[in-house]
Amino acid sequence: MNRLAEAGKNRPQLLSGNDAVARGVWEADARVAAAYPGTPSTEILESLARYPGIRANWAVNEKVSLEIAIGASVAGSRAFSAMKHVGVNVASDALMSQTLAGVEGGLVIAVADDVGLSSSQNEQDSRYWGRFAHLPILEPCDSQEAYEMAKAAFDLSEQFQVPVLLRVTTRVSHVKSVVTVGERVEHAAKGFEKNPARWVLVPSVAKRRLGDQAVRDRQLAAYAETCDFNRIDEGTDRRVGFVTSGPAYLHLREAFPDAPVFKLGLGYPLPIERIRAFAASVEALIVAEETEPLIEKELRAAGIAAHGKDILPATDELTPNVVGPAVRRFLGEAVETAEPIKADVFPRPPTMCVGCPHLAVYYCLSRLKKQINIAGDIGCYTLGAGHPWNALDTCTCMGGSMGMALGMDLGRGETDKDKGIVAVIGDSTFLHMGMPGLLNIVYEGGNVTVLILDNRATGMTGGQEHPGTGHNLRGDAAPRVDFGKLVEAFGVRPERIRRVDPAEMPILFKTLKEEIATPEPSVIITNRPCTLIDCFCKDTPFRVVEEDCTGCSNCLNVGCPAIQVVRTGVKKMAKGQDVERKWVKIDTAACTGCGLCQSTCGPGAIVRAERVVAGPGAGAAR
Amino acid sequence: MNGETKAITNIMVVGMGGQGVMTASEILAQAALSLGYDVKKTEVAGMAQRGGVVTSHLRFGPKVLSSSIAQGEADILVGFEPAEALRWCGYLRREGVAMVNTLRQPPPVVNMGLYKYPDDPIGQMRAVGVKVFDFDASTIAKDMGEPRLVNTIMLGAIAGFLPFPAETLKEVIVEGFRARKPALAELNARAFEAGRAAAATAATVPA
Ligand SMILES: Cc1ncc(C[n+]2csc(CCOP(=O)(O)OP(=O)(O)O)c2C)c(N)n1
Ligand code: SF4
Ligand code: SF4
Repeated sequence: MNRLAEAGKNRPQLLSGNDAVARGVWEADARVAAAYPGTPSTEILESLARYPGIRANWAVNEKVSLEIAIGASVAGSRAFSAMKHVGVNVASDALMSQTLAGVEGGLVIAVADDVGLSSSQNEQDSRYWGRFAHLPILEPCDSQEAYEMAKAAFDLSEQFQVPVLLRVTTRVSHVKSVVTVGERVEHAAKGFEKNPARWVLVPSVAKRRLGDQAVRDRQLAAYAETCDFNRIDEGTDRRVGFVTSGPAYLHLREAFPDAPVFKLGLGYPLPIERIRAFAASVEALIVAEETEPLIEKELRAAGIAAHGKDILPATDELTPNVVGPAVRRFLGEAVETAEPIKADVFPRPPTMCVGCPHLAVYYCLSRLKKQINIAGDIGCYTLGAGHPWNALDTCTCMGGSMGMALGMDLGRGETDKDKGIVAVIGDSTFLHMGMPGLLNIVYEGGNVTVLILDNRATGMTGGQEHPGTGHNLRGDAAPRVDFGKLVEAFGVRPERIRRVDPAEMPILFKTLKEEIATPEPSVIITNRPCTLIDCFCKDTPFRVVEEDCTGCSNCLNVGCPAIQVVRTGVKKMAKGQDVERKWVKIDTAACTGCGLCQSTCGPGAIVRAERVVAGPGAGAAR
Repeated sequence: MNGETKAITNIMVVGMGGQGVMTASEILAQAALSLGYDVKKTEVAGMAQRGGVVTSHLRFGPKVLSSSIAQGEADILVGFEPAEALRWCGYLRREGVAMVNTLRQPPPVVNMGLYKYPDDPIGQMRAVGVKVFDFDASTIAKDMGEPRLVNTIMLGAIAGFLPFPAETLKEVIVEGFRARKPALAELNARAFEAGRAAAATAATVPA
């Protein structure tokens, strides 16, 4: 008996929105689920992988994950894919065409929007995809709805033979609330039926399917008018009525408990006639949507007078403290603005972990940064843009460093004539979207030094497996990509493929300088694991010998959070000038023993914290 | 605490990545759920494991709508770090209390000298009228032989301010350990009591 499957059947339990989506998908008997990790969607697949009877797997990127799900659906299985908002950009090529062919087994795509931008490169609104790809969108406001809608989405998908988007936001994915779950309902896979007139999207087929799509659009619009996921909370104060969806609904209810609210559970297509009737029943209509003014514009286009972004912000969450004052001002009510307590506290930005293998890379890059331009990518190593390294010059999208580095090389201005171009990319990101870009660098003979940081994990999202780790999502052993062979097959000359242990910082530094000086494509692959993953093991930690520390603070440039300043002061140098000094200690309990800081310490004040028994591999003398 | 008169209890747990903020708020949430409350609790938004700021909003009562606690509405602020408590103290309502572990954890940007750590974060909170209980939970934990006990100690410290019996919270913690790491159950029970005792004697100099 699977514990998760049996858990909480008869009693309410606390589930995050992501766990609730997973439960709904499993109960709907999806047989295949694929995703690429991305905050805030990652935990959906991690949760699904613990259920029986479903093949949950990590795909190399969102496009492949959707294609796997499409294939399973075409084969007659219920299928699921999950991704963060920007993941849909990657998957959209598959999405925009498959919508024409439609689905066989129910196909549900969970899209998690990072409303509030807690960990993304943009705040795009995934509800556009419903319009763009002619798809219905379900929008849960909490975990109970996330569970129910995830399950119901498969029926909807099969009823209209259309992929369904389940749009959640960070506040659904990462909020735990009380859920009562149900039973799994079996849906055996039907088997693939050969039907080229449907599945082979050549122009003649696609043209015909366009007509079918228009019919489907009309059917979905009619369905929206009767869909039970759309509902009205009557309310007593009719001065203003709200149209809303997702978690904004809960914020509104909190701020305006007496107002009439039209809650859209089916966020697209809109039940225009029901909203028209609702609008007529209130004095003013306000659309509260996160984030872009989509509903608002469509209502106006249908001749329904609506307020929206003239009152409310078009970015970030519409929490009670945002909607409350804004709408009260609109109603002409006095809004008391309590003077917030001024707490002037330093920022505490996220930074790399103690002993992170990327520290050495950025220590080296920060020493060289005046001579090079550094195209960055997305992952923990993006943190290299922060202090103390400040050694990352661009970051746009997953895999973008490759093509951008080539472009920076080809498009050099006068001031960059003698500069090296370096691209930094993580192993997971390289496999996700970096490979094609590197191939282009090689194809064009770009003068770029590529650093592939192989830490055997998708670190930023929590250390997930990928094809370079040797394991799959379910924990089984899997073939492991050989990055060196891979890039050699791309055509990088073997002499220009350098494998370096980042813990050997001086060697890494020398290798970097050599490759930057070589005017052809080169690839440096680092090979230390992320400290979060199982195969990482700590070495004997270090400590600072107080008497020997001169306060030079060189080691602080490493950026390891285990190195802490104990006192500061000014020291008179031999020539009489004053120099700032910072004396440090190492938090020995946290130190992983990587030894990086030791190689930056001139006076040799950094030593192993305890003598290790000498023996093979007992690296006491590094 | 006026849990009887006010329908919803708002608790904010704050600290930095790796301190156990999420664990503490999860345990409080489970305790509230076990008593039949409706519960909403925010998980981490962003990058908890990278030493950044971490906050968790926990709300429970007969029916909870929004999961977000607005400024000036928290009943209890559990601060795992004094500067973090100061950063978020504006979320407390006038009668709310802050329970703060006094161990300072300056981030690298402070170490590098780019920013200054406040001289007296607790004093600053008191100066603006916040009712603060502060004590060194980290040293208590270390003295008990397990630095990770800070979590249980902090929960013990706020147990007297909850709208339900301290024993309920203690039960949830101890039961949790019995199920997963039985060897630590007894130690955590003692840590919980140590936290309660510390809170009882902690300073609350009124402003
Ligand atoms: C299109 C897209 N998908 C997913 C993400 C989420 N994401 C950000 S970084 C990252 C992977 C980082 O892994 P890796 O490249 O191995 O670097 P590490 O964090 O391990 O240093 C992911 C999945 C994203 N930002 N964009
Ligand atoms: S050896 Fe130095 S750099 Fe490495 S983890 Fe320890 S303190 Fe950090
Ligand atoms: S999670 Fe891994 S890769 Fe990311 S900062 Fe920490 S050690 Fe480095």
